[in-house]
Amino acid sequence: MSQASDSTTAVAPKRDAISWQRLRALITKETRQLLRDRSNLMVGVFLPVILILIFGYGLSFDVKNVAIAVVSEDTSPTAQDVLAGFYLSPYFVVTRSSSMHEARQLMLKRKVDAVVHLQADFSRRLAAGDAAVQVLVNGVDANRARVLQSFAQGAIAQWSIKQVAAGQLPTSVPPVSLQTRLWYNEANNSTYFLVPGLIVLVMTLNGALLTSLVMAREWERGTLEALFVTPVTTNEIVIAKLVPYFGVGLVGLAMCLLAGKFLFEVPIRGSLLLIILTSMLYLLVSLSLGLLISAATKNQFLASQLALILSFLPALMLSGFIFDLNSVPFVVRAISRVLPATYFVEALQTLFLAGDVWRLLIKDCAILCVHAVLFLGLTRLNTRKVLM
Amino acid sequence: MNATLHRIVVLIRKELIAILKDPRSRLVLFLPIFMQSLLFGYAATYDLDEVPYALLDSDHSGAAKDFVAQIDSAGVFRRVLQLSNAGEIGDVIDRKQALLVIHVPPDFERRIFSGGGAVVQVISDGRNTNTGNTAAAYVGAVVERFNESWRELHGGVAAPLRIEGRAWYNTNLETRWNMIPSLVAALSMLQVLILTALSVAREREQGTFDQLMVTPLRPTEIMIGKAVPSILIGILQSSIILLVARFWFGIPFQGSLLTLYLGLLLFTTASVGIGLALSAFSASMQQAMLYTFVLLMPMMLLSGLTSSISNMPKAMQYLTLVNPLRYAIEMAQRVYLEGAGIDVLYNDMWPLILIAAVTLPSAVWLFRNRLV
Repeated sequence: MSQASDSTTAVAPKRDAISWQRLRALITKETRQLLRDRSNLMVGVFLPVILILIFGYGLSFDVKNVAIAVVSEDTSPTAQDVLAGFYLSPYFVVTRSSSMHEARQLMLKRKVDAVVHLQADFSRRLAAGDAAVQVLVNGVDANRARVLQSFAQGAIAQWSIKQVAAGQLPTSVPPVSLQTRLWYNEANNSTYFLVPGLIVLVMTLNGALLTSLVMAREWERGTLEALFVTPVTTNEIVIAKLVPYFGVGLVGLAMCLLAGKFLFEVPIRGSLLLIILTSMLYLLVSLSLGLLISAATKNQFLASQLALILSFLPALMLSGFIFDLNSVPFVVRAISRVLPATYFVEALQTLFLAGDVWRLLIKDCAILCVHAVLFLGLTRLNTRKVLM
Repeated sequence: MNATLHRIVVLIRKELIAILKDPRSRLVLFLPIFMQSLLFGYAATYDLDEVPYALLDSDHSGAAKDFVAQIDSAGVFRRVLQLSNAGEIGDVIDRKQALLVIHVPPDFERRIFSGGGAVVQVISDGRNTNTGNTAAAYVGAVVERFNESWRELHGGVAAPLRIEGRAWYNTNLETRWNMIPSLVAALSMLQVLILTALSVAREREQGTFDQLMVTPLRPTEIMIGKAVPSILIGILQSSIILLVARFWFGIPFQGSLLTLYLGLLLFTTASVGIGLALSAFSASMQQAMLYTFVLLMPMMLLSGLTSSISNMPKAMQYLTLVNPLRYAIEMAQRVYLEGAGIDVLYNDMWPLILIAAVTLPSAVWLFRNRLV
């Protein structure tokens, strides 16, 4: 009894003082509310599982099994020899086509992505030392088309190497050749960079989307005003909203990390502790962005649209996770530099694949801290105990 | 019949007013789509316009200088650092100061002249394999050119066989050209799906849906009245992106607008069908939103927007067959870039009709049979 009267009297002079008892009660209430609605757990737990499966088994930037059509108007053994490179290549699935007309039709119907064409005078010109293999690609998917062209180059190089080995061709060493090494990912496996990106998306979704909706709902229904007439302080309301969703976010993080390590065997070259701490920091940023959106809009429709526009889409498109940021115009780069996801992507990709690069990590984490403080402060300003 | 039509028109008007009366809603439906098509239009490309690189020239010879000059004049590379020993390479890449380190070996000039061939080492940052590979391939192109000009000056045997490559529909192989037409479908779907998903759920939450059900409006009429405004807004959003693609980015439009809009109409109807069914299924706006997101993410990722469907394993490829966005992106790209007509696009159109034919009646059924 005396405790209760203590806390009520304490409200007047020190409005921002946090009472642990009230906070605990609020957190219990929020947690129950979260667990009761199954749709929350769908997003918190089920969606990460789906995303893990999609990222691990579905998405791939590794081009393979390209359907191509081969048209050879030259029936000589030499021409067949050159084409063998295409038949044997692990990247191509070859269909023979009797005429260019037929091959063009296949391309129009999207049955094949490229047409390899040897003209009737191919072997004669090859003997003369100047022959060309025509490779027509469908350029609609430009990235794929470019990779395809390089595979074709590889198939032809195979032939040249064999000819040189058999003494049919003079050894010709190019003046300069290139030796490329892809650091951190020698296996050239795109899953390695997709898994860190997966964590970014899951943390963003959990944080911004869930919280923005929940809080906006309370504003819209007026239940927050009901809370305002109780002794709880604004800080307590904000913290109590954050804690349960933070928990859900950690569950998502744990699932992603376990899947990354054991299912997809992505190397973790930095320290696991740092990965977890950085992710927690980003989760906090993302949760507070969600709270800010809901406090600013106070409307579920607007909050959901804004959460999509401000958190999820930029995290996918502008964070450097998929598309390189060096090549975008200045204004777009400036915008991406404001987004928290950009720094989290950089930090996570580094921690997973490169290791503990302290100077980069300290920079990234410091900027994320600024985001957290800024978003929480703005939320605090927008969540004043006033009746509307 | 006339009465039905009248009731539907009235409901459509009411829905449009409900969506558009709030100035903030109007803003959120039309401004972001414009900004996004600009932003993502610039960002969503796999082409690199600027590759920051660090140079480690251990040879300092005339040939090495020629080689480096060719790199610098290629227009894509920007030299950010000049290294003096190999020990510095690790730090430069680790800290992301440069995407590439190009190492010209100490015997570069000597080996070219002796005919033994010099080997230039390129180390690229593989944290994003896609970017790392592309950047390295660009250096490869410079090396090709260098070799060619070297042979012209000093003689030498060129390989007897070469590739004569040509790309259809997108001669310069710009990835932006296929990205932006896919955004025409993808961006509008996001917002339209949320809009539709909230429409019934909002009325359920506020208790006005029961009132609507006891009016003379039949469930099918309610469905049409709810679907049409969302479809209109979706097509309007697509048009905004289309205008940006054509006039801001100047990507030539090859096909017929009629075909494109027919495709967009089918696609938007199919996604509105999904949204309405979800909405009718949900008890509250929050549920509707969250279910929508659970669907949206896989739909976006498995649509061929960011990575092509043919790279996926077979099982996943089958899964994409129920994804309306997959068909819409293919249609938008093919009409826009290839100028494809309905005769080749019907394969993308009938699945959309099928999806709409399943989801819209399900929504009607759920209106009646799911009382929450």
